[in-house]
Amino acid sequence: MTTDTTQTAETAPANRNSRANMFRWLTLAGGLATTASTFLAWTYTDEFPGDLTVYGYPGGLQVLTLVAGLLTTLYALAALDIKGLRWLAPTGTTKALRLLALGALGTTWFTVIAIAVELGGMVNLEPGGFVAAVASAIPVAAAFQLPDDTRKAKRPKELPSWAEILIIVAAFAIGLFVVTYGIDTEYAELFTGYMITAGFAIAALFKAGLMARLSALTTKYRSIAVAAAFVAAAAFPFTQNTDQFTLIAVNILIFATVALGLNIVVGLAGLLDLGYVAFLGVGAYTAALVSGTTASAFDVQFPFWASVLTGGVVSLIFGVVIGAPTLRLRGDYLAIVTLGFGEIFRITVGNLDGVSGPQVTNGPNGVPNVPDLVFFGYDFGESHTIAGIELGSYANYYLLMLLAMILVVLVFSRAGSSRIGRAWVAIREDETAATAMGINGFRVKLIAFALGATLAGLAGTVQAHVQSTVVPEMYVFAGPVPPNSAFLLAAVILGGMGTISGPLIGATLLYMIPAKLQFLQDYQLLGFGIALILLMRFRPEGLIANRRAQLEYHETDQLDVPDKGLTDSGVGITKAGA
Amino acid sequence: MNDMTTTTENTVENTTETPAVLDASGVTMRFGGLTAVRSVDLKVHAGEIVGLIGPNGAGKTTFFNCLTGLYVPTEGKVSYKGTVLPPKPHLVTQAGIARTFQNIRLFANMTVLENVLVGRHTRTKEGLWSALLRGPGFKKAEAASHKRAMELLEFIGLEHKADHLARNLPYGEQRKLEIARALASDPGLLLLDEPTAGMNPQETRVTEELIFAIRDQGIAVLVIEHDMRFIFNLCDRVACLVQGEKLVEGTPSVVQGDERVVAAYLGTPFEGAPGAEEAAEVEAAEEAQGTTSKTSTTSTTSPEGETP
Repeated sequence: MTTDTTQTAETAPANRNSRANMFRWLTLAGGLATTASTFLAWTYTDEFPGDLTVYGYPGGLQVLTLVAGLLTTLYALAALDIKGLRWLAPTGTTKALRLLALGALGTTWFTVIAIAVELGGMVNLEPGGFVAAVASAIPVAAAFQLPDDTRKAKRPKELPSWAEILIIVAAFAIGLFVVTYGIDTEYAELFTGYMITAGFAIAALFKAGLMARLSALTTKYRSIAVAAAFVAAAAFPFTQNTDQFTLIAVNILIFATVALGLNIVVGLAGLLDLGYVAFLGVGAYTAALVSGTTASAFDVQFPFWASVLTGGVVSLIFGVVIGAPTLRLRGDYLAIVTLGFGEIFRITVGNLDGVSGPQVTNGPNGVPNVPDLVFFGYDFGESHTIAGIELGSYANYYLLMLLAMILVVLVFSRAGSSRIGRAWVAIREDETAATAMGINGFRVKLIAFALGATLAGLAGTVQAHVQSTVVPEMYVFAGPVPPNSAFLLAAVILGGMGTISGPLIGATLLYMIPAKLQFLQDYQLLGFGIALILLMRFRPEGLIANRRAQLEYHETDQLDVPDKGLTDSGVGITKAGA
Repeated sequence: MNDMTTTTENTVENTTETPAVLDASGVTMRFGGLTAVRSVDLKVHAGEIVGLIGPNGAGKTTFFNCLTGLYVPTEGKVSYKGTVLPPKPHLVTQAGIARTFQNIRLFANMTVLENVLVGRHTRTKEGLWSALLRGPGFKKAEAASHKRAMELLEFIGLEHKADHLARNLPYGEQRKLEIARALASDPGLLLLDEPTAGMNPQETRVTEELIFAIRDQGIAVLVIEHDMRFIFNLCDRVACLVQGEKLVEGTPSVVQGDERVVAAYLGTPFEGAPGAEEAAEVEAAEEAQGTTSKTSTTSTTSPEGETP
């Protein structure tokens, strides 16, 4: 009897192990089947966008399923402890596998359903479509039977530094490719599929611990990583044949730059500014009025550097003028007053039309025909050929805007980690205590407010030339087209307050989704509302958390810090009493 | 009262060569019709630990807020080392008075080190431009601030937790960190508002030694506290505030022995108070009742309810 029990006790883990392994093999098989199914035809006609009718050649959405299937296969192999693949998942494969399998399922089923709905019925599906639908369900079913193998990441193997730098470069190249693919998606279905695949895949990489490993590398080689990021960003226009998507990218950059400027005001100093877009408007109007357009009330034409400076300075003045009386208020009151000032700007500009007020801005008609920039004879309005690749006019603006963004990133990171940045955070945390520590609250807040205004104004000067028309309706509190105050704030909160990459990612998402999914127009604001509520419930620190927020919302993470000092509270005396 | 004034005068005479570190004279604070602090005079001299006691609601914290510029006193003036203080908290700190708060007010989501660095704010000058341009001066100042902050963390014994968030520290360490943050502004006078509130006896003792160590650095200390043993051990001089007015001031032994202080805390016996005889009578009656109906009395007549 006793021998019997010991035997079962010994065999039970082995059984469980073999059971888990069976499901791992099943996941692998499912992943392979999903991958293979993308080589089949899914539909009869080419009425559905992308070419899904060809055997042996994945097209359109099938490519996304293919990617998800391949990643699932790869992680299933890693889960089976195949030698050489362990680096894929430093903190465990199961959760990553589940997410990847869900991503493949989501993309495949979305495609199949979209075909059936758009073309009117299931009959439009080839057998290949059904095969794909079934095949993509297998890894999901199997992956959710797997035991959780979440583990603490081991110390990564030391690689030679050239290899680590190569990994960073490769990561940014992949990042550039993924973002470019997203911007270049030509129809809404492809973009939706892209969002599903990319969303699940990125989440899976986070769960697998690969992203943590990568971010450790980027911190180690910080300057190289930053350079690589900007080279990758600068390379974008060279991948484009037409101006169509470059324009989207320019607008994303403008939006992201302004969001980053707002992040100084909201994320660091904690001043809820609901009228921030007004400063973008001040910069844009200033640049338009001094640009030499015939519609301007001033008969001047400033060179670009001078109009940038003018735009920045005028925004700075507006920032100080608006900030000086309002920054004595705290919290909700400040939010309401800034909201009011934002609207005052828009309405005032709309009334300076020569009828309701002096003729300065042409009222609601705005300032049209803002000429293209000319920079030392380099005309931004024309195409140029650089390194054998023809760059359209928006590519010029893209690169200029990228420079502006680098400036803002530099200002944010340098100001943030300095005496003044600490004072901002202290004011945000507890204003009374901060003033009792000798911080002149009003002055420090005014600096943050004015700095944010200036940066937005700088972005505005470029925006005026990109859009070539400036009208008051571009600077509303909330509207369907970003940037507006509400979207700017949403980008900051969605991305992660107090971080650099957060608002950039938030702005990218908030611009791309409405631009790509035109059919969502009417439900857009509803969708964002729901998305924000869900985000606040499940990830209150935003998509990208800064170190502080991470610790703030997930207290368990603090345990990672060596915590040896809990028991030696008496140690303090020895030093203090000495 | 005569006794009291002589003791204070004695201490003043001893240190007349230098002006008092803190000299509050006739400080009055009115909130509408309520006078929270009524014409309080208080002097703190260099190298002194002065205690401020008084029952709840006596106006101790209000008085502190008047000293540090959080409130503008309705009447009276506060001067630090001979110069009258402007009623702005950050200017008071710049002048050399640092404080802690009764309910801990750390920057909860900043690290321990950052909290102390914020305390250095008034003693450093690097503004936005120097932060953006990052010249050699900026790096030097930043390094110096870090060094000083780490020294202070070592002083209170928290250097190994420099990277922890302030909110994740245990209560006692948060109190210590608040003191370190105040010390970071290189004050000449430290105001501590109930530094041992909520601490166990051992932690209180640690705090006591910490305050002595601060005094030994030449920083005058003014402490509000309810823990009498702590305050009488610690202070060179104690002032008792009752209903916004200074009742007594003197050495701990003098204040301890003053019956008005005892009365302020515990109340005075009233005219018809039960004497020892009546108490014994009630006790006897209760005992008798208890023997007759042991089971039912406990709930109906509780002894606490009977004795006034």
